[in-house]
Amino acid sequence: MADVTNTMQRPSPAHASGPKPRRVFSRNNIVIYGILVVLAVYYLLPFYVMLMTSLKGLPEIRMGSIFAPPMEITFEPWLKAWSTVCTGLNCDGLSRGFLNSIKITVPSVFFSIAVASVNGYALSMWRFKGANVFFTILIIGAFIPYQVMIYPIVILLREIGLYGDLGGLVLVHTIFGMPILTLLFRNYFSSVPEELFKAARVDGARFWTIYFKIMLPMAVPIFVVAVILQTTAIWNDFLFGVIFTRPDNYPMTVQLNNIVNSVTGVKEYNVNMAATLLSGVVPLTIYFLSGKLFVRGIAAGAVKG
Amino acid sequence: MQPSVSIQNLKLNFGTVSVLRDLNLDIGQGEFLVLLGSSGCGKSTLLNCIAGLLEPTEGSIHINGNNVTWAEPSDRGIGMVFQSYALYPQMTVEGNLTFGLKNAKMPKDEIARRVARAAEVLQIEPLLKRKPAALSGGQRQRVAIGRALVRDVDVFLFDEPLSNLDAKLRADLRVEIKRLHQTLENTMIYVTHDQVEAMTLADRIAIMKGGVVMQLDTPSVIYNKPANKYVADFIGSPSMNFFDTRLEDPQAPKVTIAGKDVSLSEYEFTRPGLSGDVWFGIRPEHIVTGEAAESAPVQFEVTAELVEPMGAETLVWSSLDGTPLRFRVDGQVPVADGDLIRIGFDPARASIFDKVEELRV
Ligand SMILES: Nc1ncnc2c1ncn2[C@@H]1O[C@H](COP(=O)(O)OP(=O)(O)OP(=O)(O)O)[C@@H](O)[C@H]1O
Ligand SMILES: [Mg+2]
Repeated sequence: MADVTNTMQRPSPAHASGPKPRRVFSRNNIVIYGILVVLAVYYLLPFYVMLMTSLKGLPEIRMGSIFAPPMEITFEPWLKAWSTVCTGLNCDGLSRGFLNSIKITVPSVFFSIAVASVNGYALSMWRFKGANVFFTILIIGAFIPYQVMIYPIVILLREIGLYGDLGGLVLVHTIFGMPILTLLFRNYFSSVPEELFKAARVDGARFWTIYFKIMLPMAVPIFVVAVILQTTAIWNDFLFGVIFTRPDNYPMTVQLNNIVNSVTGVKEYNVNMAATLLSGVVPLTIYFLSGKLFVRGIAAGAVKG
Repeated sequence: MQPSVSIQNLKLNFGTVSVLRDLNLDIGQGEFLVLLGSSGCGKSTLLNCIAGLLEPTEGSIHINGNNVTWAEPSDRGIGMVFQSYALYPQMTVEGNLTFGLKNAKMPKDEIARRVARAAEVLQIEPLLKRKPAALSGGQRQRVAIGRALVRDVDVFLFDEPLSNLDAKLRADLRVEIKRLHQTLENTMIYVTHDQVEAMTLADRIAIMKGGVVMQLDTPSVIYNKPANKYVADFIGSPSMNFFDTRLEDPQAPKVTIAGKDVSLSEYEFTRPGLSGDVWFGIRPEHIVTGEAAESAPVQFEVTAELVEPMGAETLVWSSLDGTPLRFRVDGQVPVADGDLIRIGFDPARASIFDKVEELRV
């Protein structure tokens, strides 16, 4: 019996008191940090190469190693990428695409989140007749490949006169964001205690009052998650942008493709790199500003109560 | 006088599961009614139906003579207090109290007057500017009660309001709720599965089981004259001792317990003249020991098998002719396992139920 207790228990040393000391260079730590460093380098290296290349002149690029820092820093490629490089028909740089992307992203993010949050709230709180059927259809929608739906949507947009318009693209983005966002909001609102909703009903609040006064203020973290998801997805979208808009209305991603893949003249690697970085600025900024909130929001959805 | 709340032939099914079955209940003006029952018997469901948060499958609900079966919760003149408090986390205490009044578009000065009064009654004035997260459990529940109070309703509905609180606070708030009922004099319907709460608060108790009311009566009748075996078993802790026996001789009724004839000449029969197999029930606290046992009409000798000292009294587990028997002795009397104890009881305090329907005889 005494033997058993001895093997089961590892008593702390007699002088133990206060926080337990931890070894900094334990084997576990070395392995964990080693892997993290390798991964970080793996992801940061391309970024480093792009940044360096975009700051070099063309002759230097041809001569030197791609890893070498620029001997002579120049912002010429950035300026060119932004305002004068030719993107297909127009030669006013990425600035036009940037503006288009903003015109597409802002309303798409706003409308998709507004509609999806109300959907999620209605589905989880009001449980109207056919709610489950509606939800199932919506979720199945998320699994249908985009390619299948493209041609019907082109016809649809043409019929309602929105084909080629920014408005048409906004509509498409709003609809395609619906399944995943509704799921996100439904799950979040399902974790809100039902009694809160009942109390509000006893207090005479109706559908919209409960939504705006009670649910919305509680759901800020999940709204942040939704904004990040949607902004990144819509800003980075290429397929819908190239299909549903005219060249005048091309978003930044499509313009970037036109710059990088243009076959005329010399390949201006520095301009291409600068253009690529420029088009990544918005999602990157959003991520840096709200990364913490993002993680917290996802966690908030996972933990009940 | 018309009843404050009247429930007529209420049925509620969740899909194929029938939770409330043809329930009828009349609650008088200013009455404190406690719904008591084991978990899952449909207490919350009934309360939610009265509040208008669940739609009944059949039947109607009337409050102060108005049929409110199809009315919105806020139009029924009810206020509700939930077990989990359900305070709006983003609003201050004041915001919580005024939310319902603002929804009703009440003038500002009237709102202020009502909040001030509720805050005074419940002693939450210093908390008005705080958020619910910064309150203790007891304070939160007080605010939740206040939210019902400001609406100046006729009927208060409580769904296990105290069960999230610790024992001491529960006792304090229980008294406060009772006092509140005395001052306000409105109807209160109170769900609980705590017997002490039910016995101390209620004017009448409705004992529910499987969506039906088993007995609806004053606490004293429920305790002393339970209408059926379920109620007898449910009320009282530890629960009633039951002997499996036969009721004989309608002229001079008697039962046999452990070979001894027990005469029931003093027992108040609900249905006189019956004979047959019965349950003979006697409460642990109605079994006496020591000197009192010497003068009791019926006496036995039993062996203590297990003793549970609880301070004021000691609970003794033993058996009589194979039937488990529990009784209490004074905490000052030393009792040990294996002791031989003389016990006695008065058959007039017993409860007898027929074995077929398990109803009181
Ligand atoms: N939405 C629902 N769908 C299906 N069945 C339900 C639903 N809500 C409750 N029930 C069932 O109805 C029965 C009664 O539930 P109810 O919540 O009224 O019990 P209760 O008496 O309040 O119990 P407790 O004391 O545990 O709160 C339970 O058996 C429960 O499983
Ligand atoms: Mg309940």
